[in-house]
Amino acid sequence: MCLAFPGRIISISDDQAVADFDGLQKEVNISLVSTAKTGEYVMVHAGFAIQKMNKIEADEVFKLYEEGRN
Amino acid sequence: MFENEIIEKIHQSAPKIKKDVNFMEVCGTHTQAIARAGLRSLMPANVHLTTGPGCPVCVTAQEDIDAIVSLANAGIPVATYGDMMRVPGVFGSLDRAREKGALVFDVYSVEEALDLQKDNPDLVFFGLGFETTTPMTAYAIKRGLIIYSAHKLFLPAMKALLEIGELKIDGYICPGHVSAIIGTGPYEEIKAPQVITGFQPNDILLAVYMLLEQIAERAPKVENEYQRVVRPEGNPKALAEIFDVFEVSDGNWRGFGIIPGSGLEIKKEFEKQNAKIKYKKILDKVDFTKSRRKTACSCGEIIRGLKSPKDCPVFKKGCTPDKPIGPCMVSVEGACNVEYRYS
Repeated sequence: MCLAFPGRIISISDDQAVADFDGLQKEVNISLVSTAKTGEYVMVHAGFAIQKMNKIEADEVFKLYEEGRN
Repeated sequence: MFENEIIEKIHQSAPKIKKDVNFMEVCGTHTQAIARAGLRSLMPANVHLTTGPGCPVCVTAQEDIDAIVSLANAGIPVATYGDMMRVPGVFGSLDRAREKGALVFDVYSVEEALDLQKDNPDLVFFGLGFETTTPMTAYAIKRGLIIYSAHKLFLPAMKALLEIGELKIDGYICPGHVSAIIGTGPYEEIKAPQVITGFQPNDILLAVYMLLEQIAERAPKVENEYQRVVRPEGNPKALAEIFDVFEVSDGNWRGFGIIPGSGLEIKKEFEKQNAKIKYKKILDKVDFTKSRRKTACSCGEIIRGLKSPKDCPVFKKGCTPDKPIGPCMVSVEGACNVEYRYS
């Protein structure tokens, strides 16, 4: 139930944004995240953005983790 | 390629430990991801992945389900998230109530429930879920929605499992989207190896490797693999939304009973929107003694990680996704439903 999907914000009107989910566009409530901007990626759960995303993917975490250990 | 590299690391790391280890995933979305990618079959012989109480529908107490179905049967319009519709109770499910003529709506978001309220002013939203889902309910309460709260805080259940000690848990694969809200700090109170991780097979494999290394180095800590979404501070705005509207109470969990400090109840200032108060007269007449009756369903033990679905006497023998007996077979994140679909 805590399933969430990443979407890219393409337009904003007050607390509502339209986000693109791999080609599918849906309205997203962005009132729970601060200063979301057009072009940014947000993680969306049950119609609400719950966090802005950055681009640290698993392979980078792994690389940093291994570097830290050596 | 990257996936193979981590699997190799896991197999290099596991023999250093020289004992069996049991890692519990406590998020239903992880349960699904592990089964879908067949990750258990990739583990070394001494590394076991166990499913815990991560499915919000599954841990919702029978009394709460029987209460909301009773409200629907008494003519109160009810809305909730889809998975909850089919969970059977003493008085049937919400789906069954709808078939009999009750006004029951399944919604994707609280905004749909707020829209429904315009034509159904008495509508009650059955709010359930952990910190990921609670901010939306809080948002809706501030805009006038009436709520029956079965919301829960997640970490008290992780602590309770360690305190009960029925199952040896050597490490937790911590939930990604609960952590997006609460951050990494609260996990420090739990004295066990823990890795917060994402939902791709790579993320989960990396979490297993990091847990193994923590054990090998005898350095239990909280690590965050899911940095693309989880910040150390979580989402302060969403947390503030929760605690504007809710206060901590004792929570009633299927499989556990009452876990002190694990529930979220609506604050007095919003009590006119608290369905437990607004419809107290209806709820006081409900006979909950049957809700507490033991059945053949093993959901309680499965939620605590003591049994796997295959150990349940009714799994596939009377209990199937089409005709579920317990919530773990209803929810697509429930251990039994996942086992049924992927085994």
